[in-house]
Amino acid sequence: MRALYWKEINGFLSILSGYLILSVFLVSIGLIVWVFPDTSVLEYGFADLEPLFFYTPYVFLFLIPAITMKMIAEEKKTGTWELLMTSPLSVQKIILAKYLASLTLIIFALLPTLVYYFSMVELGEPRGNIDHAGFFGSWIGLVMIGAVFAAIGIFGSSLTSHQMIAFIWGVFISFLLYFGLTALVQLNIMSPLALFLEELSLSYHYQSMARGVIDSQNLGYFIIVIVMMLGLTNVIIRRK
Amino acid sequence: MSLEVFQLTKIYGQQKALDTVSFTAQKGEILGFLGPNGAGKSTTMKIATGYLLPDQGDVKIQGISVLEKPKEISKLVGYLPEHNPLYLDMYVKEFLSFIGGLFGMSGKKLNFRIEELLVLCGLEREAHKKIGQLSKGYRQRVGLAKSLLHDPEVIILDEPTTGLDPNQLVEIRKLIKDISQNKTLILSTHIMQEVEILCDKVVIINKGKIVASDLLKNLKMVSGKSILMLETEEKIDLAWFAALGEVSFQNEQHTALSIAVDDSHEARKQVLQIIQGKQLTLLSIQVKERNLESIFHQITQNS
Repeated sequence: MRALYWKEINGFLSILSGYLILSVFLVSIGLIVWVFPDTSVLEYGFADLEPLFFYTPYVFLFLIPAITMKMIAEEKKTGTWELLMTSPLSVQKIILAKYLASLTLIIFALLPTLVYYFSMVELGEPRGNIDHAGFFGSWIGLVMIGAVFAAIGIFGSSLTSHQMIAFIWGVFISFLLYFGLTALVQLNIMSPLALFLEELSLSYHYQSMARGVIDSQNLGYFIIVIVMMLGLTNVIIRRK
Repeated sequence: MSLEVFQLTKIYGQQKALDTVSFTAQKGEILGFLGPNGAGKSTTMKIATGYLLPDQGDVKIQGISVLEKPKEISKLVGYLPEHNPLYLDMYVKEFLSFIGGLFGMSGKKLNFRIEELLVLCGLEREAHKKIGQLSKGYRQRVGLAKSLLHDPEVIILDEPTTGLDPNQLVEIRKLIKDISQNKTLILSTHIMQEVEILCDKVVIINKGKIVASDLLKNLKMVSGKSILMLETEEKIDLAWFAALGEVSFQNEQHTALSIAVDDSHEARKQVLQIIQGKQLTLLSIQVKERNLESIFHQITQNS
């Protein structure tokens, strides 16, 4: 399993598009947080990284399916899937190795944003006057959002042998879980189910982590969604 | 028995890709798996490696069922798929050590094995190139090295020589012959000479059914009539040669004919005697030995 994990990481970092995806993420987040006047924390007046945590899921929505889309689809297209499937590695381990590799890359992309925390600490008046728990709660929430999107992306990649279609599936399902459910709640006809739907959505649990409390209910929700998505991937692969 | 294929049936939609296919192969044997395109060769091989599931039947390798323990089977089988899929972005060595990792090999043992295979497959000079830069023949060698890496008992090669130039053909065949000692090797192809050069045993499959399965020499013997073709200046009478075997004219002028004979050597002597006796002018005489190709045509077209 380790061999496959490293192959995925090396595969991502040995091609230009891998760095491109990482740079696009960091540049866009950097611009949103520090430069664009509408969202810049420098203009905001409070030592708060709200824009980082509000906009990153939007960037993730496209970035993560771009990372995961080739994981299974491309192997199927080039036939190398046959190499993996006829190796002693079980389907679960293949999926897990690919998932963990995607997750590592996402965390790798997120790590530089920790620097923002130290900048904020410096900018606070008096120095260090920021909501530390809120920051780390949100940051871990962001990692969880990334982890869920990655599982969805892997699932999307298992549905097809076309990277583009895998990408679209990834974006669509992630969008549905993050924004779609919350949007549905606002429809009047949904009112009896409102609370239930709200609790099913990713954004609900993400926002609740942003309060700085990491409770088991929120973490449990993220983990269940991840396990479900990877389980579905397993079913799809076995059925074919 | 090293490999047993038992009553395999595979159905794609309406079509029966395989229909109760059974055969066996033993250690030290090269089994040639022959058939026209779309006959079910690759499907059988994919089932034997555990990549596809059969609708009925089973494949056992050293007594282990592929249905029950597909991952045990992967350790025993080295498989070169038809289109030889490789990671084109990887370097040859990198690729082999990745595959070694998948099979749980590591460290010195793996490095040693890789070096050994690079020499065996003639890849030393290409070891530090990207697979994408290699020519088809070398990619095929990488594929072979990949399928041999974990020292499997059974080696399954799906059309290993398609698309190679004549020199590469000879080299790859020699390589296959070398690696087949003490292993069970199954090789699918539609090139008949290859089977005649390499294989001990032949299984011919057509439209999902096995139409012939025997040792190469038996198969040649059963339908082993040679054809004697001769042409003379004068008109010939069929009755003169009727005693030798089945006779038929080859042209309208009745000056050329073919005779199906069992022993071409003996028959030639007799033909020449008859010609001398009748005082004919012989223009040409040639023998067409019955080879696997004609057997193949005969079997796969009749069924």
